[in-house]
Amino acid sequence: MNAYRIVGTPQPQIDARDKVTGRARYTDDIRLPNCLHAAILRSPHASARIRAIDTARAAALPGVKAVLTGTDFERTFGVLPISKDEPALARERVRYVGEPVAAVAAETAALAAAALALITVDYAPTPPVLDARQALKPTDDPLHPELQRDNNLHKQVEQRFGDPEAGFAQASIVIEKRFTFPSVTHAFSEPHAVQVEIDGRGNLTVYSATQVPHYVHLALAEVLGIDEHRVRVIKPHLGGGFGGKSDPFPHEMIAAKLALVTGRNVRLRFSREDVFFSHHGRHPTQLTMKLGFHPAHGITALTGDFLIDGGAYGSFGVVTTYYNGVLLQGPYPVPNFAFRCRRMYTNKPMCGAMRGHGGVNPRFASEVLMDMAMVQSGLDPCQARIDLIHRENTLTINEFRITSVGLRRGLEEAMRRSGWREKYGKLPYGKGIGVACGFFISGSALPIHRNQQPASTVRLTVEFDGAVTVYSGAADIGQGSDTVLAMMAAEVLGVELGQVKVVAADTRLTPVDLGSYSSRVTFMAGNAARNAAIRMRRLLVAAACRLLALPEPVYPSPTAPADGFHQGGRAPDFDAEFLGANPDYRDGFAFADGRIRHLDSGKETGFLAAVHAAIEGPGILQTVGNYRPPKLGGSFKGAGAGLSPTYSFTAFIVEVSVDPDTGFVKVDKATCAHDCGFALNPLAVRGQIEGCFHMGMGQALMEEVLHFDGAVQNAGLLEYKIPSPFEQPEIDIVPSSSDESEGPFGAKEAGEGPLAPVIPAIANAIFDAVGVRLFELPLRPDRVLAAMRRAASR
Amino acid sequence: MDSEIKRTLRDGGAVRLLSLEVNGQRQQRAVMPDITLLDFLREELGLTGSKRGCDLGECGCCAVLVDGRPMLACLLPAADLEHSAITTIEGIAEGTTLHPLQQAMIDEGAVQCGYCTPAMVINGVHLFAGELRPDAEAIRTCISATSCRCTGYNRIVQAFERTAERLAEDRP
Repeated sequence: MNAYRIVGTPQPQIDARDKVTGRARYTDDIRLPNCLHAAILRSPHASARIRAIDTARAAALPGVKAVLTGTDFERTFGVLPISKDEPALARERVRYVGEPVAAVAAETAALAAAALALITVDYAPTPPVLDARQALKPTDDPLHPELQRDNNLHKQVEQRFGDPEAGFAQASIVIEKRFTFPSVTHAFSEPHAVQVEIDGRGNLTVYSATQVPHYVHLALAEVLGIDEHRVRVIKPHLGGGFGGKSDPFPHEMIAAKLALVTGRNVRLRFSREDVFFSHHGRHPTQLTMKLGFHPAHGITALTGDFLIDGGAYGSFGVVTTYYNGVLLQGPYPVPNFAFRCRRMYTNKPMCGAMRGHGGVNPRFASEVLMDMAMVQSGLDPCQARIDLIHRENTLTINEFRITSVGLRRGLEEAMRRSGWREKYGKLPYGKGIGVACGFFISGSALPIHRNQQPASTVRLTVEFDGAVTVYSGAADIGQGSDTVLAMMAAEVLGVELGQVKVVAADTRLTPVDLGSYSSRVTFMAGNAARNAAIRMRRLLVAAACRLLALPEPVYPSPTAPADGFHQGGRAPDFDAEFLGANPDYRDGFAFADGRIRHLDSGKETGFLAAVHAAIEGPGILQTVGNYRPPKLGGSFKGAGAGLSPTYSFTAFIVEVSVDPDTGFVKVDKATCAHDCGFALNPLAVRGQIEGCFHMGMGQALMEEVLHFDGAVQNAGLLEYKIPSPFEQPEIDIVPSSSDESEGPFGAKEAGEGPLAPVIPAIANAIFDAVGVRLFELPLRPDRVLAAMRRAASR
Repeated sequence: MDSEIKRTLRDGGAVRLLSLEVNGQRQQRAVMPDITLLDFLREELGLTGSKRGCDLGECGCCAVLVDGRPMLACLLPAADLEHSAITTIEGIAEGTTLHPLQQAMIDEGAVQCGYCTPAMVINGVHLFAGELRPDAEAIRTCISATSCRCTGYNRIVQAFERTAERLAEDRP
């Protein structure tokens, strides 16, 4: 039951009108006065020594104001403090085709491009390392000699829980298969862009198409060797990220350096080809997974050996290396579990975080193996999954704290609505139905930079005119985070959505939020916004009491939950009644329609009158809310990876048609149960689920970054095919809510979790349709056809 | 004018005076003769609603109406269009009244990051100007002119269908 006025109701994005009229300003739409244009020279070699770079002719061209090479930057950088291995411009060697080697700033874009052509680089090509297996071989010339290894291993993770051998011994079925995944990329609509404004005091304002303004701020200061306070990063409107804009990038360092050395404003944007060179997409993965299953006990053991191809630099790769294993700890209990994951450096554009980060490829493998085991056991794969899904309030074997789980009811409903029982195993040859489940983090419980600061902080003001302003560092990348933060403030304060303004993603004006990645914003920035709004409400209640001659309410003090499980055993920000769904603000007032009404006496005052009364003393009305994840997890090495305050759960049931003559797979319909706790904005949740389906289906059926000699072969949107509106099916979204007591109004993530199960659900539907299993993505027609022919000849 | 002359000297090319009718207003600029319509709109006129996604005619984000027909501004030499009427996304709404498709895109949640949105609207305005009641195939064909990575297209299809219904109601 939705007792709310605004949260829980479908709301278009607050800036949607700007977007449909062309008024919304993205990074490259900004026009800075007296601006130089920058351009980047990129490496044509996958692997080469740089013997010399001659920039004299370029620098001499009239109108060229600066030329940079690798020696102009002292420090390398990276989003993770443990792998700051990337230079802004290559020094001594290049490691992939497209790596930035030199940069110029000139009066016009045409001049900048002309200047690049005048730069000569003397390369001595060296044999490239082009795949992860090759990268395992011993070499005396690794990509990153600073690691002092005799091969190209970047990161190796091994974890072991329970007794996998004993688990396999208990199983009635043990299946082991090898799976292969190519790289896929984000293919967001807006190419990377950056503009830098410099003032007379040498302060830099960096407008960038980034998901992580805070990290970009820190990296700029470090790489440029300037004080952090001289940097300000602003994220304007952003045209999609999906993880592809969640690192600090070389071009941001380059543009800022050019502004510093010229004293002029600088503009830089990527071509679409540059976007593919920059990549940071999903890691190509080779994995061997072994499942032990027993119809009475579920999964008895699961082991995996992963080899992932990281490309030239680290990016988020260390996290990816962990996530490949640990994100198998749901949505079902795995009592005995072990994995090894090795991330390799190769001479290709680097891989990093992409929607569903690290959990997508292993999810395909595990859900296909589960399906095989369930079919072999004579179980209904949908009902069997329902029976296995985690119970509420349990701890996994690697000490993930599972709190709310709404997926069992959700999948039951999806099963009913999709007509699963009437269809599964009963459709004619060529038609099939399949199911798969997944789960995902709602933000990481541990920060990238270890410190004691909150994960997210929101400042909230109410002005003399009644305007409520939410100041948040969270980056709206198109998912609608500005809208959901405004909705929460409006809900608590009883004002209309239009009365709430949002100032976001500006590192000078907004408090720290770590960024839009790992599905953290709604949960973490959302909690911070709600908390700030509750504190503001208390200021206004106090003022209303003075105006109405009522005693001020006495609020109960928050106490730690008795179970030591919720809130990590610590006291929450507010009394438990405030938590999760349907909070009772315990003030005895109703805030609605611009009025503040005392419930018992019926006395009321206007919102604005209370604001004016409250502002009399301090002259400004300002509150702060923040979010700190509870203390979670085990004490073993790597225990922090994958730890989240809460997890979302998803199931997809997918119906496909497989053309027996061509092997072409068409998805006819999908039914989704996604447990995001409470859907704060059902319109946005629907958009995320449908977008996840699009991206998952793309990876399942068609998407693949192709390389030849290390060079991307399909660096354009015609050659890198993503699904069109003709491929996208209707998606029935069934209710699958849960009461997440630690989420803002009970909410969990919705932006990433729904992706991973899409791919195995399609594969399992193909099995139901034509009786073949495929273990390599994408499930191209030629592969499906070959598998069908192999099956027919057996 | 002074800055344009300076630019001519600096670039070593011959600028040409180009006059285009954009959103009902004739606009004159001295530009390099090979300038694309997209650069003319974005860089010379400051009309940044037409988006640059690839410069290769692949993503469709720069669509504008040329004499009422959707064309990709990144592929068009501006110099060829002196006798054409160009309408960009900035010229679609009439005053503060949105085109029904713009309103439907908002209401149906068809807008996420918004980068493809102007081109989706441009193509849709052309579709609805011609067809009284476009069918599902025509709607999807129209939408497929622009690459969208956020929405999975479902809400956009929905917005187009709602617009078709509304326009059919409005017309006798």
